[in-house]
Amino acid sequence: MPPRASASRESSSREATGRLSRRDLLRGGTVLGMGLALAPALPAFAQKKTVKLAFIGPLTGGTASNGLGGRNSFLLAVQERNADPKSKYHYETEVLDDECKPTVAVQAALKASSDPQIVAGVTHYCSVTAIATVDTYHKAGMPAMVWGAVLPEITYSHDYVEISRVNGTMINQNSVAADFAVKTLGFKTFALIHDTTDYGRAHAKWFTEFVEKAGGKILSTQGTAKDQKDYAAELTRAKADKPEVVWYGGLTPDGVRVKVQMDKLGIRAQFQGTSGIKSDTFNETAGPSAEGTLAFVEGAPTEKLPGGKKFLEAYAKAGFKEPSEAYGPFAYVAANLVIDAIEAVGPDRAKVAARLKRTKNANTIIGPVEFDDHGQNTVALISKYVSQDGKWVLWEDSEYAAGKRTLPGLKFKKL
Amino acid sequence: MPPPELLLQQAFNGLMLGVMYALVAVGFTLFFGVLDVIHFSHGDIFMLGAFAGLSVLTGLHAAGIGGAVVALTLAFVASILITGFIGVAAERVCVKPLARASPLMTLLATLSLGLVIRESVLIFYPRGADPKPFPQLLPQGGFEVAGVAVRYENLVILAIGFGAMVAVDLVISRTRMGAAIRAVAQDPEAAQMMGVNLDRTVDATFFIGSGLAAVAGILSGLYYSEIHFIMGITGGVIGFSAAAIGGLGNVYGAIVGGLLFGVLQTTAAALIPRGSEFRDVVAFAVVMLFLILKPSGILGEKSVERV
Repeated sequence: MPPRASASRESSSREATGRLSRRDLLRGGTVLGMGLALAPALPAFAQKKTVKLAFIGPLTGGTASNGLGGRNSFLLAVQERNADPKSKYHYETEVLDDECKPTVAVQAALKASSDPQIVAGVTHYCSVTAIATVDTYHKAGMPAMVWGAVLPEITYSHDYVEISRVNGTMINQNSVAADFAVKTLGFKTFALIHDTTDYGRAHAKWFTEFVEKAGGKILSTQGTAKDQKDYAAELTRAKADKPEVVWYGGLTPDGVRVKVQMDKLGIRAQFQGTSGIKSDTFNETAGPSAEGTLAFVEGAPTEKLPGGKKFLEAYAKAGFKEPSEAYGPFAYVAANLVIDAIEAVGPDRAKVAARLKRTKNANTIIGPVEFDDHGQNTVALISKYVSQDGKWVLWEDSEYAAGKRTLPGLKFKKL
Repeated sequence: MPPPELLLQQAFNGLMLGVMYALVAVGFTLFFGVLDVIHFSHGDIFMLGAFAGLSVLTGLHAAGIGGAVVALTLAFVASILITGFIGVAAERVCVKPLARASPLMTLLATLSLGLVIRESVLIFYPRGADPKPFPQLLPQGGFEVAGVAVRYENLVILAIGFGAMVAVDLVISRTRMGAAIRAVAQDPEAAQMMGVNLDRTVDATFFIGSGLAAVAGILSGLYYSEIHFIMGITGGVIGFSAAAIGGLGNVYGAIVGGLLFGVLQTTAAALIPRGSEFRDVVAFAVVMLFLILKPSGILGEKSVERV
């Protein structure tokens, strides 16, 4: 063939003369120049394969503040890992909104799990969405680590390898909450209001069980629609029973309404909520009405977590518009655990799921994380909070615990 | 059966709720009466009114202008103007161009506009996702009559709410523009032949209806001390249902429907075992009954087309 013949001729002539032609020098120089120019980029392309991760949470709707805090924390973890020269992969993100609605969440879960590029997800703040999507992730074989939802069934109603959860469940939370209210503070009678989602119902169920076990009495239990605006009817009904505590099982926007309207109706009782109301937004929106409200959350305050200070500094440095809120650190840890698993076993869904399920004694900013057989983090610590001067203060650090202030419910009790 | 004072308290709670529903419902009924359209973004206009009021109050507070009365008056005026003009713009963008299209298209366009308004507040209002505290500018405290706790602020809210309804009634029954609105509602072509400017009348109707929604939005903020960008979703559906119960196209019907809906919700929560879970089910079941048995509503003038 002519070209080969020509090349062979050129080579034999070079061998014959033993000298480099000008064209050879030009070719060699060009190759060398290109090599030098691309040298820094080539290893990165060659070594760092792109891996995609999904985040799913409520970015719009009533609980959007928590969802946005979780999303930002997730993105922070990914940014940090991408900036780390030691990481084997380059991580891309797909952020999806579940609106805290089961139907929307299933669509988001389907979208994420049907994308073969997405290896794993950090998924759901709301229990209603987390429980609705469990089967979707299982069928697609996509590892999904829940970062905020507390319904026990999310991890305990199945033995799917794909599902794990970095935060605790409401069982531990309500056990501590009921014991604290009845045994420590001495309240005996409770009026329960809860939203009618799985989250609210399950909280009411567990709280009732633990209150009765502790010797307290539930006077009434009323379910209300999520995002209900007016609670005057329910609170008027509760007021008639003269409870010592009005307890709300639901999320922040509704919790604010219950507390503010409770004050307007002149209900002389202590207000106690679940982890769902423990957000900066609760204090900001309820204003003076928030004072003395009790709430219970898994883990410790972000600033008191083992790596909390570092996390808050990095979060502030990243310049996110929204605060990280109570569950931001959990989303951050979930993202890191998922990335660690990918780094260890490669971007393979089945291997990552199996690896995540076996997480033992992982060192994270929330302390050591260890999953049980159901992929549930066995977080033993539940923190008690009280709203003091517009901020959530750890009960032990509060002026209420120090005896400098008296909880509203205890004041009313003395009247 | 709960004691009578508890029932009275629940009825009073329902009345408070009903006033705000009625103000939103009047807007729906005006739009339907004049143009035969169901303006589904009206709920979000109600929400926008609340946010406009809050923005004005925040601005006045930052500038150190006025006491509670001056600040509230300015907030009402500014909010009515803002939502009034947005209501007119909504009509020109989503209703007028679709006048000859299927009513479903108008429905879809107004629904979409509502979504745009809602999401815009979420995105562009500072930390729009969070519920916002609304300043407590009305007199606090209260008294008890026959076991019913009445707050001073509730009385002011009732007075403003009913005052706004009376003002709309006077505009419609005593003014030239009101006569034009009534004429267009009865027969647009005949009204035009008699010299009524259709465009201006429709604009005025949307301005009045949207302005009323702003009043309802601010009253809601004052009553609950909190507003949220999603408040227009339920507010809109209930406002429309209240208008349908009262009779779409009839202003007095909307007022009666709004009050009835409020009382229905609270009594359902108060009297039925586990009623708080079914308050909306009960209230909307009554709406369905009305639509089936009396489609023209309690005081209806225009009959609703059966689909």
